[in-house]
Amino acid sequence: MRKTVRFFGSRWGIISAGLFVGIFAPLLQHWGNPKNMGICVACMERDIAGALGLHRAALVQYIRPEIIGFVLGALIAAALFKEFKPRGGSSPIIRFFLGFFAMIGALVFLGCPWRALLRLSGGDWNAIVGLAGLAFGIWIGILFLKSGYTLGRSTKASGFSGLVFPIVMVVLLLLLLFAPQFGRTPEGMPTGPVFFSQKGPGSQHAPLVVSLIIALCVGFLAQRTRLCTMGAIRDVILIRNTHLLSGILGIVIAAFIMNLILGQFKPGFSDQPIAHVNHLWNFLGMVLSGLAFALAGGCPGRQLFLSGEGDGDAAIFATGMIVGAGFAHNFSMASSPAGPGAYGPASVIIGLIFCLAVGYTMKGKIA
Amino acid sequence: MSEKIDARGLSCPQPVIMTNKKMKEIGRGAFEVLVDTETAKENITRLAQQSGWNIEITEEGGDIRLFLKKA
Repeated sequence: MRKTVRFFGSRWGIISAGLFVGIFAPLLQHWGNPKNMGICVACMERDIAGALGLHRAALVQYIRPEIIGFVLGALIAAALFKEFKPRGGSSPIIRFFLGFFAMIGALVFLGCPWRALLRLSGGDWNAIVGLAGLAFGIWIGILFLKSGYTLGRSTKASGFSGLVFPIVMVVLLLLLLFAPQFGRTPEGMPTGPVFFSQKGPGSQHAPLVVSLIIALCVGFLAQRTRLCTMGAIRDVILIRNTHLLSGILGIVIAAFIMNLILGQFKPGFSDQPIAHVNHLWNFLGMVLSGLAFALAGGCPGRQLFLSGEGDGDAAIFATGMIVGAGFAHNFSMASSPAGPGAYGPASVIIGLIFCLAVGYTMKGKIA
Repeated sequence: MSEKIDARGLSCPQPVIMTNKKMKEIGRGAFEVLVDTETAKENITRLAQQSGWNIEITEEGGDIRLFLKKA
């Protein structure tokens, strides 16, 4: 056991977690997931929001088993290695809205940090603009962290509170398997939710069991190795440490090779799948996400893995993301391949103002 | 007597920032950091190794004590 712990904590441990994601994300795409979206925490949570009827964008509604697998895989790893520690209470409402606006930013760019990496390895050069924005947003977050920003301490919580989010994931899995119809038409006929897209990205998915097993493995590996895209960039800037970065490079290199093998590598800016070429808002969308991730202490994937460990604050951030996705589509804030939504730019600016307010005001002595 | 930093319950990367700050402040000597997650323990261990500090770890209950020393 001790040897295993040491391996996961080592540089090769995190690289192997990155390689695993980099190999299987393009394969998930090959097996049916949308293009350059083998894994995307933001897009997949958005699809879940749609399946539950929190938004009615008919093209993006599906209960993605990947999200369920990430949380439950992390739960299994945490339980096995005695790291399941229910905790919470560190500025929950702030974390909720950091998650909310992180999702808005991600849906203006059209992807979470992982999808940015996967888009890059699929030849979508718009991802470079997004990643630059992400790094810039994280850099602003670091300035706040260095000047004493904190959301305060979390405290130990009851065992059940740590299980709430994993239980929600099990419920989602049941809704996915049985696809009940809770809605009623004016004529009284059953309809969604649960909604599943008939066409578009929401209708494209790898076989459920395959997605679920791969995601359980990713959740397990990521919990053990602390894989985090935001942390990777942050540690390089903050303490010149490249440990987490090596995992991220593992993702990009493995995904690039896999995309070449599978014929999924198409270099260029225009006509990229589920992407737009508005550089300004690709950049600023990810500035918002990067800043929100830095202020909350983790990228969306990492927040899911922490939720599996019993971290109620991370679970609230993830919930904020799912609610944010509902708003992003209902309020015309999410982008489409045609470009930013009507209220996308305005919502990014509001989100940035919110994050700056959080950064400036959440300071002081930690009791 | 060594100084103590209590970084329990703080989100990543605050425990690392607090430790890093202390290292730079005193340059050499000894101090103690208290954390409560494996992630914080691993991050501070990496920081210590990287910046030439000796680290000793003891665990009691849910808390992890990190003793940092530089001669």
